[in-house]
Amino acid sequence: MAANSIAVSPTAILEEADHGQAAAPEILSGAAITCRSLEEEGVRTVFGYPGGAVIPLYDAIPSSSLHHVLVRFEQWAGLAADAYARATGEVGVCIATSGPGATNLVTALANAQLDSIPMVAITGQVGQALIGRDGFQEVDITGVSLPVTKHNYLVQRAEDIAPTIKEAFYLARSGRPGPVLVDIPKNVFISKVPYIYPSKTGRKSYQPTTKPNIRQVRLAAEEIRHSKKPLIMAGHGIILSGAGPEFQQFAERTGIPVIYTLLGLGSMSELHPQSLGMMGMHGHRHVNRALEECDLLINIGARFDDRATGRLSGFAPNARVVHVDIDPAEIGKNVKTHVPVVGDAREALTMLIEEVDFGDHKAWLDWIDGQRNRVLEAALEDRPEWPEPYAIIRGIAEATDNEAILTTDVGQHQMWAAQQFGFKYGDRWITSGGLGTMGYGLPSAIGAKMGRPDLEVWSIVGDGGFQMSFSELATAVQENLDINIAIINNGYLGMVRQWQDLFHNHNYSEVRISAPDFVQLAEAFGATGIRVTSDEDIMPAIQRARSIKGPVVIDFVVEPEANVYPIVPPGASNSEMMHDPQWSPDEEDV
Amino acid sequence: MEHAHTLVVLVEDQPGVLNRVVSLLRRRSFNIDSITVGHSEQPGMSRMTLVVRGEDADVEQAGKQLYKLLEVMKVTDLSEGEAITREIVMVKVAAKGQSRSEILQIAQVYNARVLDVTPSTLMIEATGDEAQIDSFLTMMRVFGIREMVRSGKIAMSRTSGTSRQGKADAPSNGVYAAAD
Ligand SMILES: Cc1ncc(C[n+]2csc(CCOP(=O)(O)OP(=O)(O)O)c2C)c(N)n1
Ligand SMILES: [Mg+2]
Repeated sequence: MAANSIAVSPTAILEEADHGQAAAPEILSGAAITCRSLEEEGVRTVFGYPGGAVIPLYDAIPSSSLHHVLVRFEQWAGLAADAYARATGEVGVCIATSGPGATNLVTALANAQLDSIPMVAITGQVGQALIGRDGFQEVDITGVSLPVTKHNYLVQRAEDIAPTIKEAFYLARSGRPGPVLVDIPKNVFISKVPYIYPSKTGRKSYQPTTKPNIRQVRLAAEEIRHSKKPLIMAGHGIILSGAGPEFQQFAERTGIPVIYTLLGLGSMSELHPQSLGMMGMHGHRHVNRALEECDLLINIGARFDDRATGRLSGFAPNARVVHVDIDPAEIGKNVKTHVPVVGDAREALTMLIEEVDFGDHKAWLDWIDGQRNRVLEAALEDRPEWPEPYAIIRGIAEATDNEAILTTDVGQHQMWAAQQFGFKYGDRWITSGGLGTMGYGLPSAIGAKMGRPDLEVWSIVGDGGFQMSFSELATAVQENLDINIAIINNGYLGMVRQWQDLFHNHNYSEVRISAPDFVQLAEAFGATGIRVTSDEDIMPAIQRARSIKGPVVIDFVVEPEANVYPIVPPGASNSEMMHDPQWSPDEEDV
Repeated sequence: MEHAHTLVVLVEDQPGVLNRVVSLLRRRSFNIDSITVGHSEQPGMSRMTLVVRGEDADVEQAGKQLYKLLEVMKVTDLSEGEAITREIVMVKVAAKGQSRSEILQIAQVYNARVLDVTPSTLMIEATGDEAQIDSFLTMMRVFGIREMVRSGKIAMSRTSGTSRQGKADAPSNGVYAAAD
């Protein structure tokens, strides 16, 4: 039915709105309009890779103000743009050609979709005359990307480019953020039309609720007033809405202990006395115990992901639930919610601060503190006993005063980083949460450094994940980026090996992975390589890397079969954590 | 309990909107019994009637997910009683000799209309709610149905208003509204 219907093009609405403008508009190509539109949206950096359908677009890039970062594989362009967005709070932008270029972006789109990252992807499409005829490098990317984008467009006329890009950016960054794809046919890039950048955008059908209903806020405050053992579950939404200061104020005013989802880490400083650490599958023992015990759970900006909740029937069994989320569809999706508060985290917290009383939960905090793993904590006081990966991650934290941007790949090293770094700021912790995309480490470091050249950037990667994306060392060298890559080299696809070890009778199947000599590899790319094989060399290597210009790769050769603990077995409840036999000798009770 | 819900979805008539709605319901594992689409009373807007099977909570979740589609303006769950539903069916029935007059008599009972006649068949159109159509088809089956096509359900709320408000003022339980 849509085929023979009259579509309401955004242009039609905007032509009306902009009628007042005086001077005759410039005549520009669709490609030039694309660049101008990106400039209008404040874009400074784009990550991309050229090809047939976008050659006209690349024709226009040199005369624009855009800094184009030439990656070595489109997926890494998408993930770099994703990390750029996380580090800056701006919309990340990536560009790919039609067909294989566009399909290579799919994983990055899914990554951004699952972690609600504002991103705009521009893809070239074959000329309109070829669409639907299986033209060379034709792929229906709007069809392919439908489930992994917040929205997408196939632009049919050069006049529609500017209003479409305007709307795409608005959608990407407003409401619950997400990736938006704009597919532009080659001939549309070439055709010349008058250029006017619209001043307005938006649709009647898209009205995200940002200001919560005060009645719901008051109900939430009432719950807090009546609770004896409240717990705040801090999610990514706090970071996405830039609500760090309001969140800390809310937490301090109420005195409620704070636990974090993987992506919520740093939404308040982990060094704060009310900060307890990460929850869930690899959460700290005392955090998961607090969840079992709490009588009120205040989830702010998290979606009750299964890695955070464990088996739902055993999740926070004694708690009433307040859930603050900008997406009404998240309310009650996984966990029964007593008080939903739909709105932007910052607005909700601002309103909540007005409604809640000063509180103190010392006894409750002390109880939680008593659940800590004393043996491990004592060992951590005394550096020479640090388990290896902890020493590397804590070493980087110590050397940078917890101020560096830390990105990761996916696997055991990622969980050790989440557990051990101690994040001060949410926008300096950059990891692939919802999709768990291996290969993310290096491109995310590139994206973060492009966005925040003023900050020190480290990436913790596995030997497996790094082998997926190390071609991006060439990009980092070409851009002369000061980034430090720490490979936790255990010779295994460690996280999978751990599951095979614990849950599949130690049947190691296809997890032993060889690797090139990472030091020589780094040098071959024109980067610096350092190898560390003993514990006393960890700190000196970290300090050396910090003083070297350009990309540095440190190959930390570590114990091959260390496991991440605690671990909640798949399908189990968070109360059924397994503990490290070495560091938890007192764990008979579980 | 799992049962069929009739969802009426008002959407912007943009290219691909049907694909977006169907794709969303498929990837969130909702079963669609039937779907009908056509223009609405407002230019540029279409109205879809979806029959979706599921628990109440699941269908509510489906509605919330549908709202996330840019083109979706309004989703209404018309549970039984509040709405009038209609379906149209066309059947080609074997009709030779004396069965021909019997069929015509039954058709009359159902207010059905004869659309076409051949020496061996009758083509009949019937309109009604699901139960009426089912019952009509049971009768026709006795004579032998050669071909049959059903339109899928369309539905309209009995309340006086139109279902055309925007998302912002479409609170179903007070949760969405930014009131006060
Ligand atoms: C693209 C992709 N493929 C497969 C996986 C499954 N997976 C998760 S962790 C992991 C092992 C990672 O190994 P490595 O990079 O060496 O990190 P380690 O766990 O050893 O720290 C694998 C294969 C994934 N997350 N992403
Ligand atoms: Mg490994």
